[in-house]
Amino acid sequence: MDCSIFIIAIPFFMFLLLGLAGHKMSVKVAGLLGTLGLVVITCLSYFIAYRYFFVEGKVDDVFRQIQPYDVLWLKFTETLRVHLGILLDPISVMMLVVITTVSLMVHIYSIGYMKGESGFQRYYALLSLFTFSMLGLVVAGNIFQMYIFWELVGVSSYSLIGFYYTKPSAVAAAKKAFIVTRFADLGFLIGILFLSYYTNTFDFTALTDNHAALVASSVGPSFMGLSVFTWAMALIFIGGAGKSAMLPLHIWLPDAMEGPTPVSALIHAATMVVAGVYLVARFFPVYYFITPGVLHGIAYVGAATSLFAAVVACTQTDIKRVLAFSTISQIAYMLVALGVSGYGGHNGLGYMASMFHLFTHAFFKALLFLCAGAVIHAVHSNEMKDMGGLRKFMPVTHITFLIACLSIAGIPPFSGFFSKDEIMVAALHADKIVFACQFLVAGLTAFYMFRLYYNIFWGKTGHYHHQPHEVGAVMTGPLVFLAVLTIVAGLVPFSELVTSDGIGFGHHIDWTVAVPSICIALAGIGIATWIYKSGSNLSDKVASGFGIVYRWAYHKFYFDELYLFITKSIIFKRICEPVAWFDRHVVDGFMNFQAFWVYKTSGAIKEFQSGNVQQYVWVFIMGAVIIASLAIFL
Amino acid sequence: MDIPMELYLVVSTIMFFAGVYGFISRRNTLTILISLELILNAVDINFVVFNRFLYPEQMEGFFFTLFAIAVSAAETAVAIAIIINIYRNIQNIDIKNLNKMKN
Repeated sequence: MDCSIFIIAIPFFMFLLLGLAGHKMSVKVAGLLGTLGLVVITCLSYFIAYRYFFVEGKVDDVFRQIQPYDVLWLKFTETLRVHLGILLDPISVMMLVVITTVSLMVHIYSIGYMKGESGFQRYYALLSLFTFSMLGLVVAGNIFQMYIFWELVGVSSYSLIGFYYTKPSAVAAAKKAFIVTRFADLGFLIGILFLSYYTNTFDFTALTDNHAALVASSVGPSFMGLSVFTWAMALIFIGGAGKSAMLPLHIWLPDAMEGPTPVSALIHAATMVVAGVYLVARFFPVYYFITPGVLHGIAYVGAATSLFAAVVACTQTDIKRVLAFSTISQIAYMLVALGVSGYGGHNGLGYMASMFHLFTHAFFKALLFLCAGAVIHAVHSNEMKDMGGLRKFMPVTHITFLIACLSIAGIPPFSGFFSKDEIMVAALHADKIVFACQFLVAGLTAFYMFRLYYNIFWGKTGHYHHQPHEVGAVMTGPLVFLAVLTIVAGLVPFSELVTSDGIGFGHHIDWTVAVPSICIALAGIGIATWIYKSGSNLSDKVASGFGIVYRWAYHKFYFDELYLFITKSIIFKRICEPVAWFDRHVVDGFMNFQAFWVYKTSGAIKEFQSGNVQQYVWVFIMGAVIIASLAIFL
Repeated sequence: MDIPMELYLVVSTIMFFAGVYGFISRRNTLTILISLELILNAVDINFVVFNRFLYPEQMEGFFFTLFAIAVSAAETAVAIAIIINIYRNIQNIDIKNLNKMKN
């Protein structure tokens, strides 16, 4: 396990190397170097996963937490200390595997995708930075370290969204992503401060193990009828909701698609956006035992978001945006599973299902994005209307995309089916409304994914400027690899490995839930086939049939407009402008008045220093005369 | 015929104020220098007169005057050197023009 430090160190070193010396290297060397680093840490993380799950991790049938590194970094008080270290437990090891695998695939894929782009070395440096910070985030042993890496992934996401910095829309999207997540992180930070103030610790192990002590200390002050712990955990979830694009903080994710497509696959589909889910999973015992109200809230926020995003995804025409909304919807699924989960053994099914879905989703969503990247690479457009009939030109992309679509739609035996089914089972046992919502979303997911699939690969063959052709082996390789993972990932005995209390349990597919969800998925696929396969104008008729619902969904339920209204018309106009006026006229006015006064006074007295010697003599003599006369006459 | 002390002092006072007037009113640097010499010489006369009339048995006043004359000679030499340099720089020795260092 001692080698785990290299998993963090190598990407950081690569970032420094490529960032500082990248411009001196040739494009090929930089790309190969970055990929090579990733190959090394991927192997390392597989090795660690093997050691953890099958050799060292299990003691008395319980997966324990291992901290190979734990260095005291800051010492605020005797009890409040910040450590930097590495914490290995089932979820962090699972995340290591996911992150390094997807990151490696994206690194390889980018060699082909980014060929000829200016700033190729910068791109690889930033990818390394992102990989470093994401890995640091998941292995963080305390919440403070997690927060540091949390911000680092935000920064690297910002710079990668704004990679094409000459494009105004990319710059705007980068800013939007940064500001929205930063805004949510403010809640996260306040939550951390509350939590650490009342518990005197940052340590995850201490926070999640010692329920009794926490409960005792939570009988503290309350604010607006809720205990301080409820506030702290709710605020921490807001941070997670910002990163994971939950309603109403989801607005940055669709815009983040301005970045290069492999970046969308890595950051905005597979890894960074699930950081919020990971955060809730990390704190799961605290949520479950101390603030169950917040956990219910998470379930409802997740359910609402998944439904919302699925509806919007049905109407978008930019293929990357469809995938973005699909990502939001699937992440919300994971949060729903956490929200309805219990603790320990089979009760913790939701927790396990959430992590399982995170695992499988990372692969098939990365695959979808990389396929979309290949399509965009071939037709030079993001819009569905510019595509159609591509299955003849791009067979590999077509097949892998189909596999990913079937997986996300929840068709057995693909991986998405297994994880989704477990989420459904967990939801059914906990909350019927949430279950109904998730059931509906499952159908919608199948529908919009196949709408996308048919629009890209079937339908009328588009008019292309030049014949679209299959992308090179360096790009199809990752696609095929991820497709294989998508097929086999569902067979991982997840309930034996990753559970809420570290004790594995046997789990079998509950066919009473699985059969209806397969049916609704097939129904969604069927409807999509009926409407979109032939490429007729049936889709327009259906769209106009829905009327206002379609229009609202098409405009993403006017969330962006609402934000713009609130910021521009209310915050800027009603608050910022008066504040600016006050600043300009009162604060600045006071300073200007002082300056004006000093200027005038100095202007009046500077005449004394005329530089005219004769005047000095005159004043001197007059002074002498006055003093003399005073001496004489007084 | 014995000239009373007051008459000497009248002469030196007239010289002194003539010097002060000249110092204040003249524009030509050389004239100002001459006025300065007048002031100095007025003071020298005072030294000598006071020594001669009030403390005839002592010599400090005379010596002080001799020193003052020597110092003023040196000072005049320095002043004239400065004035010559000014003339070389601005082709003029009017004191009104000597304001280049002000701004």
